[in-house]
Amino acid sequence: MKRIAGLAVCVGILIVVVLLSLCVGNRWVGVSEVYRALMDFSGSDTDRVVRYLRVPRTVAGLLVGVALGLSGGLMQGVTRNPLADPGILGVNAGAAVAVVGAIGLLGVHSLTGYVWFAMGGALVATVVVYLIGGAAPVKLALAGAAISALLGSLTSAVTLLDLSTLNEYRFWVVGSLSLATGPIVAQAVPFVAVGTVLALLLGRSLNQLALGDDLAQALGTRMQLVRVLAGLAVVILAGTATAIAGPIGFIGLAVPHVARRIVGPDYRHLLPWSMVLAPIVLLLADVLGRIVVRPAELQVGIVTAVIGAPLFIALVRRRRMAEL
Amino acid sequence: MVSTVAWLLTAAIGAFALTRGDYELPLAEVLRTLSGHGTLITYDVVVDNRLPRVLVGIGVGTAFAVSGAIFQRLARNPLVSPDLIGINAGAALAAVLMITVLGSGWIPLGALTGSLLSAIVVYLLAYRNGVSGHRLVLVGIGVTAIIGSLTAYLLTLADIYTAKSASMWLAGSLAGRSWEHVVLVGITVAVGLPAAMASTRQLRLLELGDDLARALGGRVELARAALIAIGVGLAALATAAAGPVGFVALVAPQLARGLVPRRPGLLVPAAIGALLVVASDLIARTVVAPTALPVGVVTAFLGAPYLLFLLARTNRF
Repeated sequence: MKRIAGLAVCVGILIVVVLLSLCVGNRWVGVSEVYRALMDFSGSDTDRVVRYLRVPRTVAGLLVGVALGLSGGLMQGVTRNPLADPGILGVNAGAAVAVVGAIGLLGVHSLTGYVWFAMGGALVATVVVYLIGGAAPVKLALAGAAISALLGSLTSAVTLLDLSTLNEYRFWVVGSLSLATGPIVAQAVPFVAVGTVLALLLGRSLNQLALGDDLAQALGTRMQLVRVLAGLAVVILAGTATAIAGPIGFIGLAVPHVARRIVGPDYRHLLPWSMVLAPIVLLLADVLGRIVVRPAELQVGIVTAVIGAPLFIALVRRRRMAEL
Repeated sequence: MVSTVAWLLTAAIGAFALTRGDYELPLAEVLRTLSGHGTLITYDVVVDNRLPRVLVGIGVGTAFAVSGAIFQRLARNPLVSPDLIGINAGAALAAVLMITVLGSGWIPLGALTGSLLSAIVVYLLAYRNGVSGHRLVLVGIGVTAIIGSLTAYLLTLADIYTAKSASMWLAGSLAGRSWEHVVLVGITVAVGLPAAMASTRQLRLLELGDDLARALGGRVELARAALIAIGVGLAALATAAAGPVGFVALVAPQLARGLVPRRPGLLVPAAIGALLVVASDLIARTVVAPTALPVGVVTAFLGAPYLLFLLARTNRF
């Protein structure tokens, strides 16, 4: 009951952060003006900024945050590895290289076109990293680094062949919510919804996986099925997130750890909490990025790396990296 | 023996590379030009364009490989190479800063400073009652992530042509290298390789572990600091000349160890590093001709699967 109340408080915080994201920017827009822009659109500059720029950007932040928070939690659950994250393990890089290939080589420019490529790339990277890395934290992180390097070199090969692809790519690879438009966001909703439902259904099974292979089997968990379904959810969620906003690191790593601190290791609670906390963090990072180097802006992926990587290092420095 | 074969192969591939390009020349013509009997055009193509590229490739391959060998042996861990512990990333960030802000004349100094700083940061962050190889690598991955995203940010600030040349450079490229680069790399190798060779005895001692090394009369801390300085310097200046050419530092010492299991020393990895870079550059120039890929794309494409193979084969990590 306490957990539910806490979650409700977090949802409240999320709503405040969403409002903040609608108000803050190159120009501050008051809450009443935001309301007017949404309910009584007059076509003024402010209304346009809110409706065509800030709303898509904020919704993109919500979707990407939910997707990354859940996929990080799922990956940590399935691999029982505290360092698991779609960025560290090369899943984002897999999605990225496929998107760049789709843009640069095939001329695909719509999200519904390249989200499938993103998921395909994410799938291949996930399978390879998981097969090679297995359960050992160090090995998994290294396999992720190797896959990222490999895919990164493919990506740079494609982008260096064509100047306009490079130009599109360099703004996308830093991880940014500002490129999202209304139609892109609308196209992404069903993907994130499917991934979310799948993820939330897996909570109980992940708890059983956490007991270790033998006990999980004895309890009747169909481990391979759970792993495959969780992998599928990760691929859908991380792939879609990357397709919308580019590769954003460390949210998927950090948020489940914070959630674990608050609600404990039970995945039936940890996953919903991650799903609410991640967009809070992501949108705050985005708002921060709009303020710190005004009038320019720092893309959200850079803010999350600068905030998130120290957390990764802190985790690494802990004496024993116990499996989850 | 192995290093002789590797050097001969390097020379052969290098000579072949001198004949290839937009303007193809028979080998005899190349040799005539090199001995001073060519025409103006062949002189321009061979001596001003292709030879520096091949020589820089040889030097850079040597420097990365020796740097990797030093780090891997110091840490007694094959994964501790300058690519993975943030040294190349630091050099790259500083160099891109130079390209986009200060002008490319400052690249060497910037790369050296950047890699030293990131080496120090990674070392300090990984220090906890000593430095374990795994922690070094993992901290390196974290630091590399921050540095990498800052580098990507710098690319968004530049105009597209600067961004293109910076990304070309970031991938690790030998395109358009001139005799200035040859001099830079030449000095780096001429100073770094003998210095590293002179420390081989200390390196062997340190491989035995600190206690034993101390008991055998090694000045452990001093020797280690000197070796780290040499390793960082080699990787940094090689990065300054050609960008962070990936995986050479990781793979070359490992291949050397495979080929000469007992005592590979530093000359065998050096030779294999040179061979890797020169051969990769030839592939990079010919595989999607007429467009030339940066050499680092090819080394990463060959090297990353090798790292994955290393990981899949052992259960040690």
